[in-house]
Amino acid sequence: MSEKAIVCKDLTKRFGDFVAVNHISFDVDKGEIFGFLGANGAGKTTAMRMLCGLSYPTSGEATVAGYNVFKQQEAIKRNIGYMSQKFSLYESLTVRENIRFYGGVYGLSDKQLKEKGDELITKLGLEKEAKMMVGSLPLGWKQKLAFSVAIIHQPRIVFLDEPTGGVDPVTRRQFWDLIYDAAANGITVFVTTHYMDEAEYCNRISIMVDGRIDALDSPANLKKQYDAASMNEVFYALARTAKRSAD
Amino acid sequence: MDTVILQHISKSYVKEGPPALQDVSFSVKKGELFGLIGPDGAGKSTIFRILTTLLLSDKGSATVAGYDVVKNYHEIRSCVGYMPGKFSLYQDLTIEENLHFFATLFGTTVAANYALIKDIYEQIAPFKNRRAGKLSGGMKQKLALCCALIHRPEVLFLDEPTTGVDAVSRKEFWEMLQRLKAEGITIVVSTPYMDEASLCERIALIQNGQILSINTPAKIIEAYPGKLYALTAPKVHLLLKDTRQYAGISLCYAAGDKLHLSFKEEGKEHPAGLLSWLESKGHQGVRIEEITPDIEDCFIAKTSTHE
Repeated sequence: MSEKAIVCKDLTKRFGDFVAVNHISFDVDKGEIFGFLGANGAGKTTAMRMLCGLSYPTSGEATVAGYNVFKQQEAIKRNIGYMSQKFSLYESLTVRENIRFYGGVYGLSDKQLKEKGDELITKLGLEKEAKMMVGSLPLGWKQKLAFSVAIIHQPRIVFLDEPTGGVDPVTRRQFWDLIYDAAANGITVFVTTHYMDEAEYCNRISIMVDGRIDALDSPANLKKQYDAASMNEVFYALARTAKRSAD
Repeated sequence: MDTVILQHISKSYVKEGPPALQDVSFSVKKGELFGLIGPDGAGKSTIFRILTTLLLSDKGSATVAGYDVVKNYHEIRSCVGYMPGKFSLYQDLTIEENLHFFATLFGTTVAANYALIKDIYEQIAPFKNRRAGKLSGGMKQKLALCCALIHRPEVLFLDEPTTGVDAVSRKEFWEMLQRLKAEGITIVVSTPYMDEASLCERIALIQNGQILSINTPAKIIEAYPGKLYALTAPKVHLLLKDTRQYAGISLCYAAGDKLHLSFKEEGKEHPAGLLSWLESKGHQGVRIEEITPDIEDCFIAKTSTHE
């Protein structure tokens, strides 16, 4: 049994003449927090869609949670969680209804739904808000709830697409506490962000440039390699070399 | 007289619950680059909508370029440029058609003010026959800025122009703003990225509809209460929970590869006391040094005392 959550070899996606993702290869360990960085248009979303079983690669190989991205897309979907800044929860459903809905979609039984729902509401301290519409909650709370819902079925991997965009600095850090808890419970975290201080919180980081992965290592090693004081400087050094115009 | 003046502006969207804006007052000088810095839901967009005459406040008054936002809304609309947070150009018109449309709407031509937008427009001109809906995020942003500038506005309102934009494109965007400022345009810009605050001449920190402080970024940093320290160690995350347990800690949070912290009472024994306490908990190679706070540190200090 492999301890790799994601194995990716020469994964490529073409749209006509355009090579959106160009032979990317990397592994992600179980329980690792893996930062997936890159400028707008570098190919992050396309790569993520393939890993989530939403789009077929043109060539290459990849397994996610041990399932093949060509042949076992449905199995992948059942074993991952996903949340993004843009789409997370239904605003016109209450907190509890959202939990029920997503838990149901992720295949939880009624009994599990009840238990997990109570547990989650207590953990986030949302007892008073359980019957409120999600739309009336502050953004930071919504994002914390959305993350908890995305891992309600204890997936092997959770994909987070810019989960903290626009969130205030204090709540942003609380969100990362949740990420660390999930990782400590064995859930692999695959996360994109435009906040370079958050890149430092990841175990390892890859940086995509023009569809390729041009750098992959721990934040400390990347800073050493690029002789940079911060991840921001590493990012500039790499992203400046991009030839592609922003997505 | 200042170009933008808000006096005691309040606004609620719902009867119950906290208002979107509570007694907000500030002013922006002519030719200034002024930043509204705060997270989503702070009230930044509501301020923009009131100043661009798209929304009425419940209380207070405001003027833009000397015109009252209620009585003289018509005058204001023709002398301001506004780039809303949500992309609001016509998706089924091309780049060129959108630009001509907005020029015509303001009774001018693209040629008349081309010099102002030339640097920005040239970057998207190769795609001028592409529909706006088919453009990339970065190109949409540039086109929206061109359309907001095409009538050479006195005041430019930019609502989160860099949200969701990568670090390199964000830097380029701020360079464009510096050039527009040099043209004498007053700019009010909002952002949730605290690191962009230092690029403004003056900023207002805003959270939950209230202004926390208004000043130059340097003065806001100078006014940081007490001393701020940075803690480094090989395993930073494990350090966070233990450091928070130390009795003398007022604030402690992750900041990139370091922890930032402040003590409840300033005392010489604290940094050394913390170090020996952490050592007793099994942490090795921990270093502490006093550092200059940045705007995010100031924001965290302000919002933590407000709670």
